Amino acid sequence: MCRRFPLREMREEDITLIEVKNLTKRYGDNLAVKDLSFTVEKGKIYGFLGPNGAGKSTTMNIITGCLAATSGTVIINGHDIFEEPVEAKKCIGYLPELPPLYMDMTPLEYLQFVAQAKGIARDKREYGINYAMEKTQITGVQNRLIKNLSKGYRQRVGIAQAMLGDPEIIILDEPTVGLDPIQIIEIRDLIKSLAEDHTVILSSHILSEVSAVCNYVMIIAHGRLIASDTIENLSTYLVGSNVLHMTVRGDLGRIRMAINTLADHAKTIRYEENTEEKTDTYNIDIETDRSADLRELAFRTFVDENCIILKMFVEAIGLEDVFLKLTTEDDEDYREEQEEEALEQRENAFAPDALDEDDASEGPSDSDIAPDSDADKGGSGNDHDDDDYKPMFS
Amino acid sequence: MYAIYKKELKNYFINMTGYIFIAFMLAITGIFTTIINLMSSYPSFEQVLANITIVFLLIVPILTMRSIAEERHSKTDQLLYSLPVSVSQIVIAKYLAMFTVLLIPTAIISLYPLILSIFGTVYFGTAYASIFGFLLLGGALLAVGMFMSSLTESQVIAAVSSFGVIFAMYLMSTLAAIIPSSEIASLISFAVVLGIFVLIIYNLTKNATIAGITAAVGAFILAGIYFINSSVYGGLFSSVLNSLSVFDRYSTFTNGLFDLTSVVYYLSLIVLFVFCTIQSVEKRRWS
Repeated sequence: MCRRFPLREMREEDITLIEVKNLTKRYGDNLAVKDLSFTVEKGKIYGFLGPNGAGKSTTMNIITGCLAATSGTVIINGHDIFEEPVEAKKCIGYLPELPPLYMDMTPLEYLQFVAQAKGIARDKREYGINYAMEKTQITGVQNRLIKNLSKGYRQRVGIAQAMLGDPEIIILDEPTVGLDPIQIIEIRDLIKSLAEDHTVILSSHILSEVSAVCNYVMIIAHGRLIASDTIENLSTYLVGSNVLHMTVRGDLGRIRMAINTLADHAKTIRYEENTEEKTDTYNIDIETDRSADLRELAFRTFVDENCIILKMFVEAIGLEDVFLKLTTEDDEDYREEQEEEALEQRENAFAPDALDEDDASEGPSDSDIAPDSDADKGGSGNDHDDDDYKPMFS
Repeated sequence: MYAIYKKELKNYFINMTGYIFIAFMLAITGIFTTIINLMSSYPSFEQVLANITIVFLLIVPILTMRSIAEERHSKTDQLLYSLPVSVSQIVIAKYLAMFTVLLIPTAIISLYPLILSIFGTVYFGTAYASIFGFLLLGGALLAVGMFMSSLTESQVIAAVSSFGVIFAMYLMSTLAAIIPSSEIASLISFAVVLGIFVLIIYNLTKNATIAGITAAVGAFILAGIYFINSSVYGGLFSSVLNSLSVFDRYSTFTNGLFDLTSVVYYLSLIVLFVFCTIQSVEKRRWS
């Protein structure tokens, strides 16, 4: 049932491996996951992205059967995780946030135990264990006690454990957390190589990690899916802006004049004194549409005002900013919604339909982001007034 | 399931608990055998066992404390849940591993009557029936200890609480004796138990409605029975307590009776507590 297919075939078939529908998890009064729905298809690396406490681990724990959901369904390769847990779990290898290792065992003993518990046939066990150890490069430490291994190696043992039994889906919860930079790169490469013949889902609160490894991102905040798309789409869809960074030396009054001239062509302009350079040096950030190129105009304007441009470069707003923007925007939405909900609950006693209608409109649309994303809030995270610029010092 | 059993059993002998358990039990049995059978030339081995049941108070918590609490503490329980094994299989495998550790010293102890028979006549029937009862008693206490371990993350709390519960079971017949057998005293005792039960329910569910309903229904039933036929209550509470005195049941074995009801009693106790443990572990997955 859980046979693997070569990568090329998968692309053509586009088989849905995991289907999550209206998943909700409540801890007492706290809603950890709210009405989450998504599908996972064969052969991709999925990244679960969200700030700490967004519900990533909870969702993963539910998918892997470690945790029961309050409501909703999870179907793994045709098996409902709540109805047929044993069949469903056979298709999944899971590495929780903290690798579940028995410190008193050696990696070899540990993997032997997991292989047996996963019900791998006796004759295939040794091959599977050796393969997993080679792939994760722990063959050299296989006879040392796990408690004596470094964090990086422990993580590898955890991944080897998830690989055993050749599951179709491998789920890794924050696999690189707490590792040093070299280990992070190694683990990322390992994940990429795993993806050659498995579907991998990993979670992270670090965007660069997700964009380095995954080809599909799901952004979660407050237990809800707020964006779900490929990395490329996500950045082009959201990022309508370029930022022109400049360092200019000249008289403040004249610089202001120049900025006023440029303001017609820009979305926002900020400037602040450059403390590293000599006096009369200012850093200026001009945000423009993606299509606009202000470099030439800026050059001429500042030259006209007798200012010297020391440095100038254009930067596209990166995914990091998109992520920040989405999650902080959602924070505001979330607060508003909480208030609304409280209000509705009071009204609801009289009009039960009101809530349903509202739920339908606010549910996460299956590809992409709230349409009302406000460009003015800016990638840098600073709010701007209606004026085109304002000085950052007084 | 076999894999978990094997891992658990191995684990008891990787860290010292298994050895401590076996050594302690054999040492105590050895001392009592020497005193009773060898030095006093008393022929019945069951008297030794009757004297050493108190050892369970100490060694059962040692064995059971880590069984589930430790997995939860080190988060390795997540691995077990994500394996294609059901929770009941996990719990049963763990229980069987503990039972196997108990089986080892019991097997060694069962050689003692044979050794003693070299020096005189030993009643093998009563001796081996007692050993069998001893094993069942230990098994029941292990199930209780495992249940206590499933309620907490801390091994220390698990050990202390299983010691407390087993100690209460040990004293149960003494406690039952001091409770007056009058009908009204019995009713009040039941009401107190009901109150504690409702508090526990409230604590577990944090739901005042459920706790309230339980309290109301319980009180109604207690009062109803009292008004319909108050004579039912005469000595009822002490007999309920007596039925919980796990250790007293064992005296029938050491008195030379192979009592089938006691066997059933111990077996159902094992099943009950293993079931409770499964429920307790399942419940953790829900909250």
